[in-house]
Amino acid sequence: MYEIFKREILVPNTVYLKLEAPEIARKAKPGQFVILRVDEVGERFPLSLTGWDKKEGAVEVLFLIMGRSTMKLSSLKEGGCIMDVVGPLGRPTEIESYGNTMCVCSTFGVGPTITLAKALKEKGNKVVSVMEAKDETYLFWEDKLRNVSDEIHIVLGDGSRGKHRQASQFVKEHLKSGNKPDRVFVFGRVFTMMECSQATKPFGVKTIVGLTPIMVDGTGMCGCCRVSVGGETKFTCVDGAEFDGHLVDWELLIKRKRAYLKEEAQAFDLWQPDNLRRIAELSELPGRVSVV
Amino acid sequence: MAEKSKLNLNRVPIPKQAPDERKRNFNEVALGYTDEQALEEASRCIACKKPGCKEGCPVNVEIPEFIKAIGAGDMPEAVRILKNRNSLPGICGRVCPQESQCEMTCNLAKKGGPIAIGRLERYVADWERAHPEIREQQKGQVSSNSKKVAVIGSGPAGLTSAADLAKLGYSVVIFEALHVAGGVLMYGIPEFRLPKAIVQGEVGYVKSLGVEIKLNHVIGKIATVDELVEDGFDAVFLAPGAGAPMFLNIPGENLSGIYSANEFLTRTNLMKAYRFPEYDTPIQVGRRVAVFGAGNVAMDASRCALRYGAEEVYIIYRRSKAEMPARLEERENAEEEGVIFKLLTNPSRFLGDERGRVRAVESYEMELGEPDASGRPRPVRKPGSEFIMEIDTAIPALGTRPNPIIPCTTKGLELTKWGTVLTDEVTGRTSKDRVWCGGDMATGAATVISAMGAGRRAATDIDAWIKNHS
Repeated sequence: MYEIFKREILVPNTVYLKLEAPEIARKAKPGQFVILRVDEVGERFPLSLTGWDKKEGAVEVLFLIMGRSTMKLSSLKEGGCIMDVVGPLGRPTEIESYGNTMCVCSTFGVGPTITLAKALKEKGNKVVSVMEAKDETYLFWEDKLRNVSDEIHIVLGDGSRGKHRQASQFVKEHLKSGNKPDRVFVFGRVFTMMECSQATKPFGVKTIVGLTPIMVDGTGMCGCCRVSVGGETKFTCVDGAEFDGHLVDWELLIKRKRAYLKEEAQAFDLWQPDNLRRIAELSELPGRVSVV
Repeated sequence: MAEKSKLNLNRVPIPKQAPDERKRNFNEVALGYTDEQALEEASRCIACKKPGCKEGCPVNVEIPEFIKAIGAGDMPEAVRILKNRNSLPGICGRVCPQESQCEMTCNLAKKGGPIAIGRLERYVADWERAHPEIREQQKGQVSSNSKKVAVIGSGPAGLTSAADLAKLGYSVVIFEALHVAGGVLMYGIPEFRLPKAIVQGEVGYVKSLGVEIKLNHVIGKIATVDELVEDGFDAVFLAPGAGAPMFLNIPGENLSGIYSANEFLTRTNLMKAYRFPEYDTPIQVGRRVAVFGAGNVAMDASRCALRYGAEEVYIIYRRSKAEMPARLEERENAEEEGVIFKLLTNPSRFLGDERGRVRAVESYEMELGEPDASGRPRPVRKPGSEFIMEIDTAIPALGTRPNPIIPCTTKGLELTKWGTVLTDEVTGRTSKDRVWCGGDMATGAATVISAMGAGRRAATDIDAWIKNHS
């Protein structure tokens, strides 16, 4: 059993957890993830590591409430326990002295990006960060990212900050106006990763994305997380989770991610009536969780 | 009991659930001998002077002796003899390929009626589970020798070596990557062939010997093999299984609805997708299911698909029946339940719908040609024989390759050209000091019992090596 040390609802439906996992904390590196199983009947699902604390013996994750498993996980209180945490899985990000780097993130990608930006800075890279959110209500950890970036640009979907509504528009214009980062990293929504990769491709700027397909074991045993990269089938859990965004077959990834929408909805609908109190407690927390 | 003539060649059949009934549930198919049936079968053993059965057993169980004890009605003695050599009899009695091992070398096999050793083994194991007080009584006192051994993986090889080493006084820690112990016995072999409660019973026995099992520990990630040695383990036994599934490598294979057999069986057995939505893990099994390959895993996957309610389940295999690698018993079980065999057929591509789900497979027919490197007739494509079959679910069951996590993170561990760990067959030693290997990681995909044999041999050698070096 792994204790939940800290839980925070950062913005609607976006949850931060700090979990007891001393051995994982000792070994974790940027770009890695953990597989969790909340309870005895739970499914195994991956979450990117947002951070870790060796002293406290804890790892941090950040996620969106999407269905039954993430709702169950969110509704556990501080001091409560989850059944299984496995990690650190996946290959760590390759962190070299690239020169000028750009880190783009949206929603749950903000966490891993902060860790990455910090590591890139430590290697002497210049870091330009771009953070995308729906609107001000969904903006979080702006200062945290600012602290580890040389420059930060906020892009809001309602157009209320600057003229762009999507991170990819910003990236495109940034490159067009003569800036040429040596490497771009994108974490978060699939659409953000796909569109940013498409934006950098004509400029030949290598773009690394952190993919989040459905997984079962997370150790290379089942092949559920297979993606097509440069025409080759790869297992995200052992070959990734980071790949060259210019080579990823995005359509395939999106379709495979959506393969169980019907079952996920069914599972959530059945779970809800028996867990109304847990959900109610959750929606009373600061930061708000909206259900359905 | 009736007076026996010199040779009784009539094996006592094992009661089974009827095919029509069992193909719609996940309960165990074979129901096990009653006391009377076990006695009758045991009485057929002619107690040969030179028992062939013993030599056919990879862990050399004293077969005639335990059968004699059954015949004498001394069940605690039968348990003692059996467990002396085999720590996991409830598992072996169910999944060992006895027909190509002990029962093949049984002297009555030549006459056509070998003793049903597997069924008797299962009978003894099940009796022991129903009599926990016997387990307690038989647990010997072991004095600890203060030496530590790390075992990577809690499948058949890992459990066997851990049990053997614990009995010799070692303090043993098993590191298991998944959230339950048992490895392939839990995620791979279906409930209807090997109930998970039986596996957990055997795991419980290994734990009762003092073995510690650390779940959720992926060695190579949370700690490397070298770090285990630095942390004070005197020896490391690698038994992580084969792991990585092979695919057909044909167009369309990444469509949704196409599962590797590993994924299909893991969702089913480990994650209990057949109890969705009570359990959270879903699975999608359509009306028509095609399983590719004809080994035991393909049989397991096809029989699971039937139990999910599929109307038509096909085994698609490029060779003929004679070359099918599955055990005869498993093939017969699948056939009885209604699995349809499409032999001499090879898939060429999958076709999908607009949502990216598989809707059909294109295949072509094969003819048997000259023998190939494996000695089996080489299947050759029949020109112009392409045809399209509508399917909703596809399951490639083509075997596995070694998982790269440990090889990639362990310096000085030599591999073979197949990616398995280069291992001495007799001792289990690898090219790396203090590191042994056994099971599928050393041999490529093989059987539960051969993995157990490797676990036993490695444990013996680890013990000898540690004694020599201290």
